[in-house]
Amino acid sequence: MLQAIADIVRLDGAEKHFGAVRALNGVDFHVGAGECVGLVGHNGAGKSTLMHMVAGTLRPDGGQIAVRGNQEASYSVARALELGIRCVFQELSLCPNLSVAENTRINHPSLSGLGWRRKAADLIQAKLDEIFPDHGIAADDIAGDLSIGRRQMVEVARAFTLTREPLHLVILDEPTSSLDAHTAGQLLSFVRRFVAAGGSCILISHVLGEVLQNADRIVVMRDGKVVAADAASAFDRDKLVAAMGGAGEHQKAAAETRKVAVGALRVRARPARQQDGKELVARAGEIIGLAGLAGHGQTDLLLAIFSAASRDRAGIEVTAPVALVAGDRQADGIFAQWSIAQNIGIRSLQRLRDGLLISPQREAELAEFWKKKIGIRTPDMNNNIYSLSGGNQQKALFARALGSDAEIVLMDDPMRGVDIGTKLEVYDLVREEAGKGRTFLWYTTETEELDNCDHVYVFKNGRIVANLGRDELTEEKIIQSSFGDTA
Amino acid sequence: MTAIAPGTVPKSSRGSAARARMLRSLLPALSLALVLMAIAWLNPRAISYFGFNLMLNLAIPIALATIAQMFVIAGNELDLSIGTFVGFVGCVTATWLRDAPLIGVAVLLGSIGVYALLGALIHLRNLPSIVVTLGMSFVWQGLAILILPKPGGKAPDWLLAIMSFKPPYIPFPILAALLIAAIVHFGLMRTSYGVILRGSGGNAAALRRAGWSLLKTKIVLFALTGLFGVLSGMALIGITTSADANIGNGYTLLSIAGVILGGGEFVGGRVSPIGAVIGALTLALAASPLLTFMHIPPDWQVAANGAILIIVLAARVLISRRER
Repeated sequence: MLQAIADIVRLDGAEKHFGAVRALNGVDFHVGAGECVGLVGHNGAGKSTLMHMVAGTLRPDGGQIAVRGNQEASYSVARALELGIRCVFQELSLCPNLSVAENTRINHPSLSGLGWRRKAADLIQAKLDEIFPDHGIAADDIAGDLSIGRRQMVEVARAFTLTREPLHLVILDEPTSSLDAHTAGQLLSFVRRFVAAGGSCILISHVLGEVLQNADRIVVMRDGKVVAADAASAFDRDKLVAAMGGAGEHQKAAAETRKVAVGALRVRARPARQQDGKELVARAGEIIGLAGLAGHGQTDLLLAIFSAASRDRAGIEVTAPVALVAGDRQADGIFAQWSIAQNIGIRSLQRLRDGLLISPQREAELAEFWKKKIGIRTPDMNNNIYSLSGGNQQKALFARALGSDAEIVLMDDPMRGVDIGTKLEVYDLVREEAGKGRTFLWYTTETEELDNCDHVYVFKNGRIVANLGRDELTEEKIIQSSFGDTA
Repeated sequence: MTAIAPGTVPKSSRGSAARARMLRSLLPALSLALVLMAIAWLNPRAISYFGFNLMLNLAIPIALATIAQMFVIAGNELDLSIGTFVGFVGCVTATWLRDAPLIGVAVLLGSIGVYALLGALIHLRNLPSIVVTLGMSFVWQGLAILILPKPGGKAPDWLLAIMSFKPPYIPFPILAALLIAAIVHFGLMRTSYGVILRGSGGNAAALRRAGWSLLKTKIVLFALTGLFGVLSGMALIGITTSADANIGNGYTLLSIAGVILGGGEFVGGRVSPIGAVIGALTLALAASPLLTFMHIPPDWQVAANGAILIIVLAARVLISRRER
């Protein structure tokens, strides 16, 4: 068969500009039938723009798109769906006011007429059962009531449901960013089955191990261009990081033993469902990790500690001011209408006050200090927060917490969907601030991040089931405790 | 590895979210029951076939206007012109629809078309609906005064006949309310296109990515508002028998309050047709019958009405906040 026909989709010289910014600068990209292509690159490298083009949500300013060897002159979302190309976007795109079944209906125009509700419910239920056994989601659950991880599961399952339109290629943009290791594994093994059965897949992920293990071919993007493309077996972690132009080596700096002087008690907390005597203890200068499967009480405990700082709560003792870095950036972190500087200053208004009013000068000083310190990439801190890429938005939220008087910083899986360069910068910053005596409580779904912690508490069913010191910390131990029988 | 059901913990939190939603959806019915109990306690004779007919006299047009408002709110918009539009429709109904039915029907259909165009304008030019409909409210008011400079006119006989229909056992306003709620609930909550309409309020970007036309959903929602606005104006004139250019002015705020009282939210496509109708009935009852039975002088009734509205809406906010 001709190569051009075996390609599901092929882009030649695709270009896209947003004003003066060149998001894509002449990209050639193709996906073959029965192939899983991994796409990696820093935030802002142009991956999302490229995928929007393949999905038909953005029109290229230059270049051509061919699907199965046919040039597509007027390519659109509707056309892409007709040709069997679908996309799971990075931002969650369920309607929160609709049920799971109704959200499925939105992607399937043919689900109409009498009995459509039953059909839609059966369709999504069957697919969820197939991809995520024991998912615990009902078709009539309202999407907004589900946890962020479950919403992502629904969204992924929905992309693989089949009605009238064919299904050849699914684009998965950070599909595991809100999933715990267990469900992420279920998803990736489903993707392998899908590809083995002749489907195609584009997998975008910041978790390089996922891409290395599951993609047949890997394409690396940087500054709107493809800089490397080869069989997955030709890459390893270091090569990928080097190709992405990421901060190369200081990866393992985290693992070096950090000297911890035992400081004053900062937090002592017992989860509400804890029945035995286990409790979380954090002292000044410590970085404490909260691990375990997603949604097993880590966030609840962080929020309990946060509210205990302002009023007394049973079982929780907090001795210093607290700041929280939210995990769901869009919902809980960002003030969408405000500038970057205002978003940073909101936690420190007392200090920025000049009489009754906020001093714009002090606000600007604070913002400028953190722009330099944490490396927020923007020409002007007075720009709207949404002018930043996702990773830089998250940096601004870190600046909000670290710029405040808080001695205790709670982090609710804040590095979700952030590129590796930004992550490494933030890790350094966290260690530096801990060295100055700040306490960090860090909930994360990425096991690698726990390497930065002095102590890790593993959670299961809302309880602490294990307390691991830095020297006994291994991935196996964590998995063992999160899956093992509760003592 | 021992497999555990990852659903154990979050299920309980989801259960509480579902319970909160359940309680919220029961709240409109509870507040209606409360108002009814107060009336029954103050004046037991009001709870009768004749009493309900009298007390719920104006409930049908209020319910229809509330449903009209609910459609725009489902698409994250607000219609500040529904009151004067109802007045305009009333004036057309009491004049042209009786004297020259063809012209009357054409004008009313045309006004629904105007609503559809407003929806298109708001979507295409990305205008705030509050501004556009506030402007339109003066247009409708002006047109109404042009048609009927002084109070007067007369409702068509067939309309009077419909509105004075006396079914056995169940008072007509209650029957009509049930019918309106059932039809709109089916259309908006159960049909497959109703999902798309509500989805446009929930997450418009997701809908666009799935290939749906947001222009069409907005036009449909506004046209439905126009349609129910027309029905409301006609029902009102069928009850009052003659019209006045200012007859519907209070309906704008009543309809918004009815939607919110009925469990709807201003943004996010969360609306409930059944709740909206119940909210409208509650407002209709709380408006004058309850206050009259409480021996509140007419001078104070409007203020007392407002106070009741604040109390009921505040209760709603408190309950949904506590459950959160």
